[in-house]
Amino acid sequence: MKYALLCYNDEAAVFSWTKEEDEAVMARLNIVHEKWEKAGKLKPSIRLLPTSAATTLRKKDNEVLDGPYAETKEQLLGFYIIDVDSLEEGLEFARELTAANPGGAYELRPIMIYNEGAR
Amino acid sequence: MGDLAWIDAALVSARPQAVAALLRYFRDLDLAEEAFQDACLRALKNWPTNGPPRDAAAWLIMVGRNAAIDVTRRRAKQTALPDEGTLSDLSDVEEAVVQRLDEADYRDDVLRLLFICCHPDLPATQQVALALRIVSGLSVQQIARAFLVGESAMEQRITRAKAKVAGAGVPFEAPGAAERAERLASVMAMVYLVFNEGYSAADPASDRASLCDEAIRLGRLLLRMYPSEPELMGLLALMLLQHSRLAARFDAEGNPILLDDQDRTLWKRAPIQEGLALIDKAMRSRKPGPYQIQAAIAGLHAVADTPAETDWAEIDGLYAALEQHSPSPVVTLNRAVAVSKLRGPEAALAMIAPLAERLDKYFYFHGMRGAMLKELGRTKEAREAFNQAIALANTPAEAAHIRQHLDSLAQIK
Repeated sequence: MKYALLCYNDEAAVFSWTKEEDEAVMARLNIVHEKWEKAGKLKPSIRLLPTSAATTLRKKDNEVLDGPYAETKEQLLGFYIIDVDSLEEGLEFARELTAANPGGAYELRPIMIYNEGAR
Repeated sequence: MGDLAWIDAALVSARPQAVAALLRYFRDLDLAEEAFQDACLRALKNWPTNGPPRDAAAWLIMVGRNAAIDVTRRRAKQTALPDEGTLSDLSDVEEAVVQRLDEADYRDDVLRLLFICCHPDLPATQQVALALRIVSGLSVQQIARAFLVGESAMEQRITRAKAKVAGAGVPFEAPGAAERAERLASVMAMVYLVFNEGYSAADPASDRASLCDEAIRLGRLLLRMYPSEPELMGLLALMLLQHSRLAARFDAEGNPILLDDQDRTLWKRAPIQEGLALIDKAMRSRKPGPYQIQAAIAGLHAVADTPAETDWAEIDGLYAALEQHSPSPVVTLNRAVAVSKLRGPEAALAMIAPLAERLDKYFYFHGMRGAMLKELGRTKEAREAFNQAIALANTPAEAAHIRQHLDSLAQIK
């Protein structure tokens, strides 16, 4: 069984870390990553850019919003990783998904670190 | 539990909201700051045992408010402070406070706070100092070091700024939409001023360089409040892109390294990606402004793996747009760099010739003229231009850079 492991934390605090603090956290995390990667149980891992870089396509009305999707009455049901040339192209992809799928929203969050894992 | 770093980070990030809300309540900068300090002390005692509250800012606001009220009350009659145990289990009360202090309240509070620092009666240096003290919570010592002035001088500057603000009767009402837009522009200018204060520092390890991080943090905070403001996206993108080059901008002696000569592998990828993502997002609104255009220019430099791959035609076009949007001789001077790459130094010299009078006292004007003349082999004129530049250099590093040019001219001869 594969799982998506989603990380939550206070973004305001995380992005206030100094370079040293950030590196220290990453170093500690990397020890865990390596262990699970060696066991063949860690697939791609991803660190996202802050929500200020997010754009949301609300499926209702096909409306595009600057900013993250923060509606709490709907839950995260899955996610894609896409490799597109521009935000516009990403939105196009999301619009096609929208047409195929009623309700909800798609949030486009640029990726900060993309680790293939299990190389 | 020895690691209290998370508390520190939470206090730093909650500070603008908390101080702003306390200011709205007390209408007194010093009292608001004191109340916040008090609340922080309590948080340090309380959170390690009870865990972090659900909303750190709301917790600090409430505890800070109670503490300050208590202090004033105690001055009248002796009332005991509630003990830490009672304070810790605040979840019910906290919820009520969170509801009252919703996002909308926070954002206007912080904006008001930034706006107070941008009071038009204050000179720019005092605006920046006040903002760093009140919004960011940097100590007077840190700010003084960053601005290369003595601590007592900085203390005075901040005190004077506070007195002026107190005497000016700054309105505390929520600003209207038009006012807000107007304020946002001056707040953005102030944040960029903070950034430039750090950016111009020669030593990347100095306190001044950390001002860049602080400005970026403020930019992020503003963007959280106004997620649809394209100029704000542009400003944050611009700062991220410029700051991404920090490690490549100076040599071991602290002398600046020109863009063309920088080791591009030292540019940090994450802020570049974030900057580019923000530009992408901003462009969708089709409301270009000076920050967006400058960010786009910085973005074009950032995506070129080598100087030769730089898209100078696009940069020239962006500078043309910037000239139209906010014309200034300095913008034209910068555009001339792109022009020299596209059409040669002769064209660039012709372009900057009309600026000679207005930029006569500007270091970069003579430095650039010298570089163009040198490229054309007009050695004697180049030397004159470099000599003029050296006389106008603002830092030893700038002077050293021009001296290198002069030395290379000597070799040509």
